[in-house]
Amino acid sequence: MAYDLEFEKPLAELEKKINALQRKGDRLKPDEQTQLRALENELRTRTEEIYKNLTAWQTVQVARHKDRPYSLDYIKFMCEDFFELHGDRSYADDHAIVAGPATLDGQTVMLICHQKGRDMKDKQFRNLGMPHPEGYRKAQRMMRQAEKFGMPIITLIDTSGASVALPDEERGQSEAIASSLYLMSRLQVPIIATVIGEGNSGGALGISIADRILMMEYSYYTVAAPEAAADILKFGGAHAALAAEGQRIRAKDALEFHIADELIPEPLGGAHRNYRQAAEAFKAVLTRHLAELKQLPVEELLEKRYQKFRNMGHFGRETTTETSQIQV
Amino acid sequence: MVKEAAAPSTEQASSTVDRTLSAVGNIAVKCPKCREILYGRDLEKNQKVCPRCSHHFKLNARERIELLVDEGSFVELDADLIPVDPLHFVVSPPNQAKSLDYASKLVEERKKTGQNEAVISGRATLDGKPFALAVMDFFFMGGSMGSVVGEKITRAIELAIEHRMPMLIVSTSGGARMQEGIFALMQMAKISAALAKLGELGLPYFSLLTDPTTGGVSASFAFQGDVILAEPGALICFTGPRVIEGFMHIKVPENTINSDFALQHGMIDAVVHRRELRQTLSRLLHMYPTSK
Repeated sequence: MAYDLEFEKPLAELEKKINALQRKGDRLKPDEQTQLRALENELRTRTEEIYKNLTAWQTVQVARHKDRPYSLDYIKFMCEDFFELHGDRSYADDHAIVAGPATLDGQTVMLICHQKGRDMKDKQFRNLGMPHPEGYRKAQRMMRQAEKFGMPIITLIDTSGASVALPDEERGQSEAIASSLYLMSRLQVPIIATVIGEGNSGGALGISIADRILMMEYSYYTVAAPEAAADILKFGGAHAALAAEGQRIRAKDALEFHIADELIPEPLGGAHRNYRQAAEAFKAVLTRHLAELKQLPVEELLEKRYQKFRNMGHFGRETTTETSQIQV
Repeated sequence: MVKEAAAPSTEQASSTVDRTLSAVGNIAVKCPKCREILYGRDLEKNQKVCPRCSHHFKLNARERIELLVDEGSFVELDADLIPVDPLHFVVSPPNQAKSLDYASKLVEERKKTGQNEAVISGRATLDGKPFALAVMDFFFMGGSMGSVVGEKITRAIELAIEHRMPMLIVSTSGGARMQEGIFALMQMAKISAALAKLGELGLPYFSLLTDPTTGGVSASFAFQGDVILAEPGALICFTGPRVIEGFMHIKVPENTINSDFALQHGMIDAVVHRRELRQTLSRLLHMYPTSK
């Protein structure tokens, strides 16, 4: 898989040289073999360096990479079984949200995931991973079902946001997301939400109220897609990168802010370079948190979930020095 | 790409009018809807509703509270909570004359409005019935929701829980506050969780939507009410018309996505004229029991 993002140019050049040497195969002279090893080492070090210091906008590019694993890819590598359930039982089946029971490490969980499309046709089918109101209502149906059968809920977040067309307004996009937030905050089963790629705005939050919030290392989570944020702040979507930097949207920022509980390490150069390795790392972290949560009595689980979100935010008090920041 | 609703340009114009109105009672203003020239004091007398076309001008939070509670009954809470700048948010877009800096913006807004934030919260009575309330203010940064808005509303709900009172939230907002990034988004979760707790105890929550109620506010507590009311002609949507137009490449006729639209599509319970609001709220407060 070639390095094809703009900031990866130095890596792509190294890769080109390596490929040229590798093509010679058995005909490599001893000094060329040494050269090849040196280049390979350099590529590894440079990749590590670059990826350790990704800016917010570079993170967005990785999270949106065309080959990045999507929910169904992770499901394939992580779950022994998965049976997809369709429809909100009232209007339609939304293909931007995939949901159903799955077997994870021998136990049944309810999966509720955003799903993006890979090629043009698939993208259209998935509405670019932007759920309609019926998507959130399908998600709510699965949540109630999970509660009924005592299945933990695992959600995978990867959306550029909820769908914003006029029919979405007609069918109540606001109400659909609002109801999800309301429902999830009191569900009597453990919930783990993981941002695997793009976590944009209410569309992401709509299936993200959870006891644990995990994030893939190069994913991001933000209040509005960077393009939208730049628009709202009136300097224009063309300068989306500035909004991304200003809002500090990287997974590592979310960890620092105590929004994310843990980051899942990605393979060198991003999850798209090795699906299996990414999925294995994900599964290991996921099952560990799941085991922890299953130990908690329901009342404690709910109170901890409440306090988790209750404590998010920064403010000050007029009477004290106004510069002091108090985290409540 | 999701674009949370930003106030459309007509919104901007009318908000300037409203601001002038609050300042000077004698000035003549043009109704943005019917273009009638009105005197500020006549408009004041008519609860800031155009006598000719019933256009509802925006109220600030204090005016709204005065309209909805027994005189002298309002006890404000958490008035001393002030916004801070958790991200140290500064961006310097090349197409802007000066950099956008949240800390100075906050100083400016607090000075301009005389308010600490975009919401006022507390407890009050209406026709003797006690309730907790949080009233948003569009004149403070477009009613955008940051940490303080989230915290004050949550505390008001917790007060309702503690004293087994009904809850009223009056919304008016352009959505989540961009300058507080992820913290702004999480206020949606925080308030929703508090309302869900309130609901579990069988305490009623009345949600009043006023112009405009959009974005992260509309996609959370605004639409979680047991009873959802709206003022006539209020813009009510997840995504503003301007963004829908950009996304769908269609023209959304003016005043499409409003209170009537929401009522027609089954999203709210009633559209209530401002002169009937107080009475309506009183009837609901007295009808809904607060003990299961």
